[in-house]
Amino acid sequence: MSPADQAVPLEFTPVEDRLGVLANAEAQARERGYHRFPIVDVDAHHFELDSWERIAAHIEHPTVRRRAERMGGNRAFSLIPPILGDQLVAGRIKRRLSADEPLPGVLHELERFEREMRQLGVRYSFVFPTSILSLGLHPQQEVENAIAWAYARWLTEEVLPHSDVVRAMLYLPFGDPEASLRMVERFGGCRGVVGWMVTSLRHQPVHHNRYVPLYSAIEATGMPLAFHPLYSWQERALEPVDRFLGVHALGFPLSNMVHLTNLVVHGIPERFPGIRFVWMECGVAWIPYLMLRLDNEYLMRRSEAPSLERKPSETMRDFYYATQPLEWGDDLRYLEALFDLCRGATQFLWASDYPHWDFDLPSRIYDLPFLSEQEKRDILGSNALRIFPIEAAPGRT
Amino acid sequence: MEWRLGRPDEIPEGGRRLFRIGGEVVGVFRVRGRLVAYANRCPHQGGPVCQGEVLGRLEEIVDRDRSVVGERLSAEVLHLVCPWHGWEYELETGRCWGDPRFRLRAYPVEEREDGVYVTTGPGSEGDRG
Repeated sequence: MSPADQAVPLEFTPVEDRLGVLANAEAQARERGYHRFPIVDVDAHHFELDSWERIAAHIEHPTVRRRAERMGGNRAFSLIPPILGDQLVAGRIKRRLSADEPLPGVLHELERFEREMRQLGVRYSFVFPTSILSLGLHPQQEVENAIAWAYARWLTEEVLPHSDVVRAMLYLPFGDPEASLRMVERFGGCRGVVGWMVTSLRHQPVHHNRYVPLYSAIEATGMPLAFHPLYSWQERALEPVDRFLGVHALGFPLSNMVHLTNLVVHGIPERFPGIRFVWMECGVAWIPYLMLRLDNEYLMRRSEAPSLERKPSETMRDFYYATQPLEWGDDLRYLEALFDLCRGATQFLWASDYPHWDFDLPSRIYDLPFLSEQEKRDILGSNALRIFPIEAAPGRT
Repeated sequence: MEWRLGRPDEIPEGGRRLFRIGGEVVGVFRVRGRLVAYANRCPHQGGPVCQGEVLGRLEEIVDRDRSVVGERLSAEVLHLVCPWHGWEYELETGRCWGDPRFRLRAYPVEEREDGVYVTTGPGSEGDRG
């Protein structure tokens, strides 16, 4: 048989098909041998509005529940603050971002999520919501409380008990410290819960004394606390920015930097040394900027942070950072220096953010030439296995 | 290694076909009458670039006084867009719009009377030119 006979014509496969879209990722996983070591994705997403009816059924607040059940087709915009912006660049990026396929039930959705994990080469994945990442902007606190509680019940009762590989850091309604505390007390120890998550797109002062009982409770669970950012085009500082490119590039780290600054300057990590703080979805280039900037100000204005025993950068070096979207540097020497400065080998955690538009594959870490094989494996999975109770005995449901 | 892909008329102007050649998927496009062939693997993160959108380059219209007065999609320069992350490549050359140091892996493609032939293996161009 001559080679000319061996080219196989293929049907054009639309990449909106979620299986087709990850075929190349599967090939990468095979080529790089990801089966040889555990990969943990500390930030993957699902589209919780696909399961809205199931989630809404767990809302215990009577009037919020009625609104959730009667919203009809407008469900995304009635209780959940809308986020403006064309993530997919006018259709250039192909991703399924809404319920365009029939979903017979939660197990079907979970099955698809796990299949995508396998295609990426991921052994354990932390599932995060999509739409309710903006819930911290809702002006009615009872709405955030009710949806956070319902989402946690749905996850811990209908999703996590059915999976050996999916884990979650539960959304806390941070606008209400007491409600957040009740969630930590109620859901800590549930099967698959490995941490707590605060959405950074919010305007509460995270250092306020009213959060002390919550931080104490989180510290007692031994599970990390993550800040997950988002942008908002309505954020006053971003109003003049008229490209999604700009508002996304600035908005994500901005929301994290505000809260990180307050936490560090007010000594929360020093008062609660048992809490492991994780900063999500901003890449890593913002970290040295903030370290150097805060140190510089701190040295000149030491009296404004009297309780600190270390420079801000030293505290920041003990934090953990999810690497996605890892910056695409022209010169790898900068990225290498940045990994060194931030102690990336021990503090960085790979995340995909899949299926969102700027997702990373494990190869973003695995292909970095300045990391040793062990450092790659640590960032891709071992660091997460060290700080999260991922393989702890299954908890209660 | 040379591979026969089919008859020339099976890929009309503006058309695209995908082929599995050995362990790789190759996209073949006809643009301005000429055939080009690229590996279905984006130099960025390996996305299935040949399954992406083909559309005109978006151009800003700048007036004589240097004011921006509008936008249009070029009818002259076509782009192939990776569906994973939106990296854009000139369809005719495979050169990356955002960073010309990156190029799609291109394979020589030739039309003969009896068919279209593509050559793979050492010597093909890409991923970073």
